[in-house]
Amino acid sequence: MIRPALRRIWGLMYRHLALYRRSWPRLLELAYWPTLTMCIWGLTASFFGARLGSAGAVAFGMLLGGVLLWEVALRSQMGVAISFLEEIWSRNLGHVFVSPLRPWELVAALIVLSVVRMAVGVLPAVLLAWALYAFNLFTLGPVLILFAINLMAMGWWVSLGVVSLILRHGAGAEALAWSVLFALTPFSAVYYPVSVLPAWLRPLALALPSAHVFEGMRTLLQTGTIAWGHMAWAFGLNALWLGGAGLLFMLEFRSARERGAFLTMGE
Amino acid sequence: MDVIAAKGLTKHYGDTRAVDGIDFAVAAGQTVGLLGGNGAGKTTTIAMLLGLLIPTAGSIHILGHDMARDRFAALARMNFSSPYVALPQRLSVAENLRVYGHLYDVRHTEARIVELAGELDLTDLLNRPAGQLSAGQKTRVALAKALINRPEVLLLDEPTASLDPDTGDLVRSWLERYRAESGCTILLASHNMAEVERLCSHVLMMKQGHIVDRGSPADLLSRYGRDDLEEVFLDIARDRPRERVT
Repeated sequence: MIRPALRRIWGLMYRHLALYRRSWPRLLELAYWPTLTMCIWGLTASFFGARLGSAGAVAFGMLLGGVLLWEVALRSQMGVAISFLEEIWSRNLGHVFVSPLRPWELVAALIVLSVVRMAVGVLPAVLLAWALYAFNLFTLGPVLILFAINLMAMGWWVSLGVVSLILRHGAGAEALAWSVLFALTPFSAVYYPVSVLPAWLRPLALALPSAHVFEGMRTLLQTGTIAWGHMAWAFGLNALWLGGAGLLFMLEFRSARERGAFLTMGE
Repeated sequence: MDVIAAKGLTKHYGDTRAVDGIDFAVAAGQTVGLLGGNGAGKTTTIAMLLGLLIPTAGSIHILGHDMARDRFAALARMNFSSPYVALPQRLSVAENLRVYGHLYDVRHTEARIVELAGELDLTDLLNRPAGQLSAGQKTRVALAKALINRPEVLLLDEPTASLDPDTGDLVRSWLERYRAESGCTILLASHNMAEVERLCSHVLMMKQGHIVDRGSPADLLSRYGRDDLEEVFLDIARDRPRERVT
């Protein structure tokens, strides 16, 4: 049971990886935005950092750390949503969904692909931040892995929501694949603490795992201690949101089969 | 034994009755043609058989599996080809076939690809992107994809649409040979009446979501007093009364 399932997951992954193997512009595009964003924010942070002394150095670290870690969530979310859209654009869904590929295997393949896409996209930016600004994200220590897992998981549930909307509204909803996580940026406390937000917006921010990750990152950079409370909230919220998004996906998948959406999607 | 059994199969979209309570069965090794004009319900029927569309009512059993509860067990043993469902254009022919080899958990996928490429004259095209192929070549690739898992049930939606007569004949000959060698059960939707007469042992005539007639091609020709299935098709499509047919 497991081996055929793994093979089907690999089959869908292979379909996407083969595209990258034969197209260097696609590969380059993965790293383009994270690197560009890091360069712009890196220059901005170093400008202010030089004028603010030691406080500026901490702020510099927080800003660049925020930029790089937020890219983990962004690339993870786009990795899932755009891989699904590729199936719609190539009008291949009709073949994929009449194969023995289970919906959960499709989601698993998209998630593993998103990890690959995220790694290819974000690692060059991380290395460039170290080379250009002597900012080494890995100095955060092993807890960086827990931050990254939480941000990737957030990207997955957001993209499952996006894919569900695409199943409901067709390729017309595809713009959400690029934009939806940007809309959550102000509430994710990426560049500033949650306390900066108006009081009435703070509960919304604290309902997002990302706000807890970035609060945790700032605590670590300022005090050198790990805010396990924030970490626990991030994992707990991700589990809740993932469960909800998974349920929504299954309901929309069934609804798409009832409406015959797979016969027309991509047209 | 019936390999495909549909009972009371119904699909409504709001007030539109795309398929309205049809019953049919396809025995093992049979090739059955699904005929009807545009909007008759052929594609909807095939989509329901494939599990791509959930029926409003009725049941489907394929290879003994209830498609409402256990469709993946049946899907692993069947396959589908349609010129209207594309394969990824930027992947090469071999890569496309490899993808489906994995999805259908085909043993010795590479050997199977070489075998199919030889049989369908695709060997020289294996490394070419699917998007750069002619219509005839694409149809042969789609057929290779449909046969990658040596299906026991094959659903074909207009398998020779847009093919020149030579390529169309090649595909039909290949399907005849495959059925004879494998005992595969085939359900074929087509607008090509000569193709249906040649390949099918039984025909289901659909109109406005109903099966309005059925039988072997010879039986239908005899009952409608016609020389070819195209005339029978027109009689049914245009509601020409049978008594006026001589």
